[in-house]
Parts: sequence; C-alpha cells; structure tokens
Amino acid sequence: MGELILEVKHLSKSFGSNEVLKDIDFTCSKGDVTSIIGSSGSGKTTLLRCINLLENPSSGQILFHGQDIMEKGFNAPRYRAKVGMVFQSFNLFNNMTVLENCIVGQTTVLKRDKAEAEANALKYLEKVGMIPFMNARPAQISGGQKQRAAIARALVMDPEVMLFDEPTSALDPEMVGEVLEVMRNLASDGMTMLVVTHEMSFAREVSTNVVYMDEGVICEEGPPSQIFGDPKQERTKSFLSKFK
Amino acid sequence: MIITRFVQLWEDILYIFSKYGKVYLNGIFNTLVLSTTATIIGCVIGFICGVIDAVPIRENDPAWKKVLLRIIKVLVRIYVEFFRGTPMILQAVFIFYGLPYFTMNKVQFSNIWTVSVLVVSINTGAYMAESVRGGIFSVDPGQTEGALAIGMTHFQTMIKVVLPQAARNIMPQIGNNFIVNIKDTSVMFIIGFSDFFSVHKMVSGAIFTYFPSATIEMVGYLILTLLFSAILRWAERRMDGSSSYELVRADHHLARSGDYNHTIHYGEHYRNGNGPERKG
Repeated sequence: MGELILEVKHLSKSFGSNEVLKDIDFTCSKGDVTSIIGSSGSGKTTLLRCINLLENPSSGQILFHGQDIMEKGFNAPRYRAKVGMVFQSFNLFNNMTVLENCIVGQTTVLKRDKAEAEANALKYLEKVGMIPFMNARPAQISGGQKQRAAIARALVMDPEVMLFDEPTSALDPEMVGEVLEVMRNLASDGMTMLVVTHEMSFAREVSTNVVYMDEGVICEEGPPSQIFGDPKQERTKSFLSKFK
Repeated sequence: MIITRFVQLWEDILYIFSKYGKVYLNGIFNTLVLSTTATIIGCVIGFICGVIDAVPIRENDPAWKKVLLRIIKVLVRIYVEFFRGTPMILQAVFIFYGLPYFTMNKVQFSNIWTVSVLVVSINTGAYMAESVRGGIFSVDPGQTEGALAIGMTHFQTMIKVVLPQAARNIMPQIGNNFIVNIKDTSVMFIIGFSDFFSVHKMVSGAIFTYFPSATIEMVGYLILTLLFSAILRWAERRMDGSSSYELVRADHHLARSGDYNHTIHYGEHYRNGNGPERKG
C-alpha cells in the first residue's frame, strides 16, 4: 500500500430529486489500479466526474493528499492538471493535430516552453504508438487511435492519478485491444489508475482493487481474485454471472 | 427599339464615368474602408459579448462575482436588443445629433468617419454577439470538458479550444455581416458620409442621370459583394486546413528530435525490448 492520494467520504450527488450517488466512501493509494464495475446507471461515471470536479458533488468530501477539493476558493484547474482524465468520447481538440493536442496543455497550463513540451509529447506519443499519426487531426483517425492520443494528452501533464471513463465503450471491438494494451502498460509502469469499465478481463487481470457499484452505492469492494472468484453479495454475483 | 435604349445607356454611363469616374472610385474606396473596419471592430465586440455570455455562473463563486456577472450579462443583453432592434439609419442620426444635444453643442463629432465607424461597428457587434453565442453553443461540450480536464481555466479553454472552432462555424455569418455592411453603409449618407451610394445622389443631382448612375451603382455593388464572397470562401477553405496528412516514420521523428536526449533514450529503450513488462 502506497501513500494515500484520494479519499472519498460520504459523497452524494443528486440531479434534482434523482440521487445518483449515495454516501460513497472509498480511497485510492499510490500505485493502485482500481476498476469500478457495475451496470449502466449505477453512478460509476458520475463518481469519476465528481472526483475531477466536472460535476459538483451535493454533499460529502473528496480529499486529495488530505486537502478538501470542494472547499471554497480551491484551485480546481491546478488540481485537474494533476488528475488525468480519459473520456469515453475521446474529446480530443478538433482544431488541432494529435501532436498539438499533446502540447497545448503543457504550454498553457504548466507553462512549459514549446521545445520541452514537444519533446515530452513525442515521448508519450511513442509510448502509445501514435507517432505515425501525430500530424493528423482527430477527424482523420480511427476511434482506437483517438483514444490512444487522448491517453497521451493526459499523460504529458504528468498526472498523479489517471481517471478512465469507459475508455473502450465507444470503440469497435477490434480497436478495444489496442487501447487496453496501452492501459496495461501504464498499469505496469506503476501509474495510479481509476478505471470505469465493462471490460471484465481487464478488471480481473490488471487491477489491484475492484469496486462494484449498484444503484448509486458501493455494493462490494475487494481484490479482483475475491470479487471475481468469491463474491460475497448476491447482487455482485448476479451482475458477474451475465459476463460468463 | 429596346436595343437603342441599351446603346444610349452605355453612352450615358461612359459619359458619367468620364466626368465623375474618380468620384465613384473614391466612393467605392470609402465604402470598403468603412465596411471592412466596422466588420472587424464589430467582430471583436461580438466575440467579447459572446464570450461574456458564455461565462458560467457557478454555485461556488463568491457573491460579488455572481452579482457582477449577472449585471454585465444584462447590460450585454440590453446592448444587443437595442442595436438589433432599431434601424441603423436612425442610430446614426441618434448618435450624431444626440451628443451635441446633450452637451449643449460643446462636444460634437468633428470627423464624420469616427461616427460612421462607431455606428456601423456597434450595429455589427450586436448581430455578431448573437452569432458568436450560437457558435460557442455549436461546439461539442466534450471539447470544453477535455480542456477543463487537463487543467485549463475557463478563459484558456475559450481561447485555445472553443473560440477557434466557434469562429470556423460562424465564418458564413461573418461573411454575411460583411456583405450586409458593404451594402448597408449606404445609409450613412444621412449624416453626410461620402460612400459609394452618396456619389449617386450627388451625380444624379448635378446632371439628372438617375437611371444610368443607378446602373453604375448596381453593377458596382454587385461586383464588390461577389468579389468578397469569393474571398470569404477562400478563407473558409484555408481555415479547414489540409484534408490529408503525412504519416511520420518512427526513425524520422527520432532524427528530427535529435536534441531531446530522453526521447531518443526512450525510443532505444523500447526497441531493445526493454519496455515495461506486460501482465496477464
């Protein structure tokens, strides 16, 4: 167990009268790869979006290295730069090439100079195998390529944690593998990751910790061997049985 | 019969042009300078207003910021509705005579150019504000989220990601406004601005050649608008960038980035098969 990075305490989120997250508690330490699984509408994505402050939590606390990120006057942009996010729909900047996508955050947010930012971008584009396509615009490449570029764009910021929001759900089946491959490599490099996913084999083989969510609560949580091998809760069993 | 009228018209036009050609050309020049300047300033005004309108008011913001934002947004709204909802010809009169009226003639517009550029600019700005608002709205919210997620502020997101895409989307409207301005600056004759159309009034008043002069004006305006609509289309294609891209070979990129030691190092690291171990 490494150093504690994220602590979520009694987190709730409602959209109007619809309570999407109810009293969520969980923690994330350095080097953890946590997979969040569960059926659609169980609040997995909302949890991730709350952690990145793309949604305002209704109540509860989120601590990043012990600091409450929901405090008034908290510098959200600086925090988000340390927490990488990969979206289901990629969200690459359409007005830039792949390389520019990987440079713009470093120069505008981290104030790195252009040469340093480009060198760093090339390093990570190489890592995700996107060097050949670095001069292409998002509209000109495939979904799998877009997602690998989006991962590189997040990595160039040297994040402490990477959040993945169903990174393979919008991809054609034959492109899922290339993205999961990049994520596996990232995990074995020791990156702290929080992955919302429907890829059970990924959750089972790569993660150190699995969280099963159902109807806005964490139903069960534990190491993958236990969750997949010997689930304690009835709901977890019935959910996992659909994948066999 | 009708043919002879056309011959007559051609001769009249040649006559007018030999006499007043320079005045017409000067009018065209003034029209172009006014409409170009005012369109550019109007676009700047429009972008500023559109961006202000897009600033989110968040729950966590301090109270003074919320109040200030609301007041500014209401002011922008009033500006847009006022200048979009009244005729430009009246606005020109209103401002041109309003200033001396309220200052007991102490302050007047000494230069007709100043007031003309001012009126057409703020008029264009009011229309552009709405176009920019629509343009920002048309950019996928995912683009904003992607930018926020890597730590950009709202302002940085706007400048780097949203506005460039919004600008491309509203290029047709910017073109529209420019074309409209080329034609509609003609109403500035009301405060004595010497544009292309005012030459017609002057010439036909002097030698009573209403129709031949109007023909010159019609053809002149049409040439101007066709010319600029072609230029705008060309600009749009430029903004779209190349429709193809070059694949970059890995060794090429390493040669190119020779200064960056750790990049090369990383590349070698990978090629020697020393990349991260793979689980599973």
